[in-house]
Amino acid sequence: MGSKPSIMIVDDEEIVRTSLSSWLLEDGYDVVPVESGKLALEALKKKSYDLMLVDLKMPEMDGLELMKEVKKFLPDLPVIIMTAYATVDTAVKAIKEGAFDYLMKPFDPEEISITIKKIMKQQMLEQENIFLRKELAKQFQFHQLYSKNKKMQEIFELIKNVAKTDVTILIHGETGTGKELIARALHAESLRKDKPFVPVSCASLTETLLESELFGHEKGAFTGASTMVKGMFEMADKGSIFLDEIGDISPKLQMDLLRVLETKEIVRIGSTQPIPVDVRVIAATNRDLGKAIANGTFREDLYYRLNVITIDIPPLREKPEDIPLLTEQLIEKVNIETGKSVKRVNEDAMALLMQYRWPGNIRELKNVIERSVVLAKEDIITLNEVGPCFGRNVKDGISSGGSADMSLDQMEKNHITSVLKNNNWNISTSAQILGIDRTTLYNKIKRYNLGEDNK
Amino acid sequence: MDTLPVPVRVLPSIESPVYAFDPDRKQYYSTKILRYIVNSHSDSALRTIGITAVDLFIPILTYVFGEAQLDGKAAIVSGARLKQEYYGLKPDKRLYVERLFKELMHELGHTFGLTHCDLSYCVMHLSNNVIGIDKKTAAFCENHKDQLINKLKELEIPYGK
Repeated sequence: MGSKPSIMIVDDEEIVRTSLSSWLLEDGYDVVPVESGKLALEALKKKSYDLMLVDLKMPEMDGLELMKEVKKFLPDLPVIIMTAYATVDTAVKAIKEGAFDYLMKPFDPEEISITIKKIMKQQMLEQENIFLRKELAKQFQFHQLYSKNKKMQEIFELIKNVAKTDVTILIHGETGTGKELIARALHAESLRKDKPFVPVSCASLTETLLESELFGHEKGAFTGASTMVKGMFEMADKGSIFLDEIGDISPKLQMDLLRVLETKEIVRIGSTQPIPVDVRVIAATNRDLGKAIANGTFREDLYYRLNVITIDIPPLREKPEDIPLLTEQLIEKVNIETGKSVKRVNEDAMALLMQYRWPGNIRELKNVIERSVVLAKEDIITLNEVGPCFGRNVKDGISSGGSADMSLDQMEKNHITSVLKNNNWNISTSAQILGIDRTTLYNKIKRYNLGEDNK
Repeated sequence: MDTLPVPVRVLPSIESPVYAFDPDRKQYYSTKILRYIVNSHSDSALRTIGITAVDLFIPILTYVFGEAQLDGKAAIVSGARLKQEYYGLKPDKRLYVERLFKELMHELGHTFGLTHCDLSYCVMHLSNNVIGIDKKTAAFCENHKDQLINKLKELEIPYGK
């Protein structure tokens, strides 16, 4: 609310508009009188108002119809319905349909004064409330990360302590837990913050492509290498490189990487000339590298090079206290992106979000919130929007719920099967809902042997 | 009590404003009277303010104590509801004059562009009943006094206390 609260008067009688305007002007309000519902709707698109005083009986669009239209896009704008022909029925109807109050013309000067002051005070308190909630959220914010969880708060502290050193960090966490955001926070807290942060997704590229991507290549190094291209390590010089899904790289690349970590030099493909690089390496994986070492798919020496400090991010199901906070932040973000003004998730929908086990973690929550905000017809997200995101099992309260003795793998298998079925085995849509990429989904389908018989 | 540093000229009384009478409400439409005063305003005067004994209203309100042109030339004040006898009480001329003075200053304040004040003692505080009028003083608060001085400066009138 600005320093001068703004009031719109909608009445087809000029005499009412004029007299009410002049009276409210003396009270220091910014007043805009309009003569019809149609003009009111147009005026609302041009500037914001703190209150609308609307006559009940108007030709074409009456006061209640206008209020209904206004509430569709400005659900919080208080509306006072005015009428010369008051009946209890119309008063009740007006309040039921969302009017703040109902006044009979002519008004007692005291009554209208008190009503408007009450609205303005309420508006002020609401804005104060929003401000305080934002301030409170800041307490739990660390760069782009939000968490009230004790373990996460400890991670934030750890990041602050280790960021300024150049030690290699290994981030471990399930898909969608925010490993890249942790890496970005590490970079932002480091002395390298003004230099590049270069993220590389190791799982998405073939061995040859990844090698070229990481180390670059000389002109003519291979077919199609028409120019010299610098690799990500060179691009990240003086900054940080983030090697995501490090557990997925080939034995050859593991060796190359080990050499870079030891010598702090890279060699472009097609060259023998070592190039010194000053890069802080942050690696991440969702795999159990200990197991990978045991079965010989990951080099132990590389593991120890990478794993100077490990940050273990807890999955979302272990920090349910973060779900309301993250939901609030995500709604705000999606509102900005989509131009919507969704305020919150109602109790039933929040209960479902809290019960769900989130195999896709925060990324899955983000997808659910994005879809719900887009689908929301009102300013509050209900089960109608959240429910379909979880498929048919929503009625049971927990999307992929199962018995308490069910293993995590079994739960994941059930959930993936359920999402695939609900989306007619459309891989892209299902991957998006699950908060994982298509490759990961294909791998999981293969791993759990899901196929035609599951359809 | 604040006063304005300008001489006051009292114009001859005019007839009861029958043209503004509303037989349904049995009150007088203040805006019509205000319009009459604006039309009879002389440029030799800074402001013209009318005082009437009749009860005033504007269409949207059940009554008004007065009405002014915000940042304009004229205003009107009614004494009808300022008298103790209106409420069935014993006449009190001193109290009536005091209330009338406050309302005159209040409406004149509007003609100098002042709006209502949140401070209950300021003469620009909105009073919807005589209790409110009795509670406030006949003086402007610091903020409104500054606004008034600035306005008078624009009109090249020095403000005295």
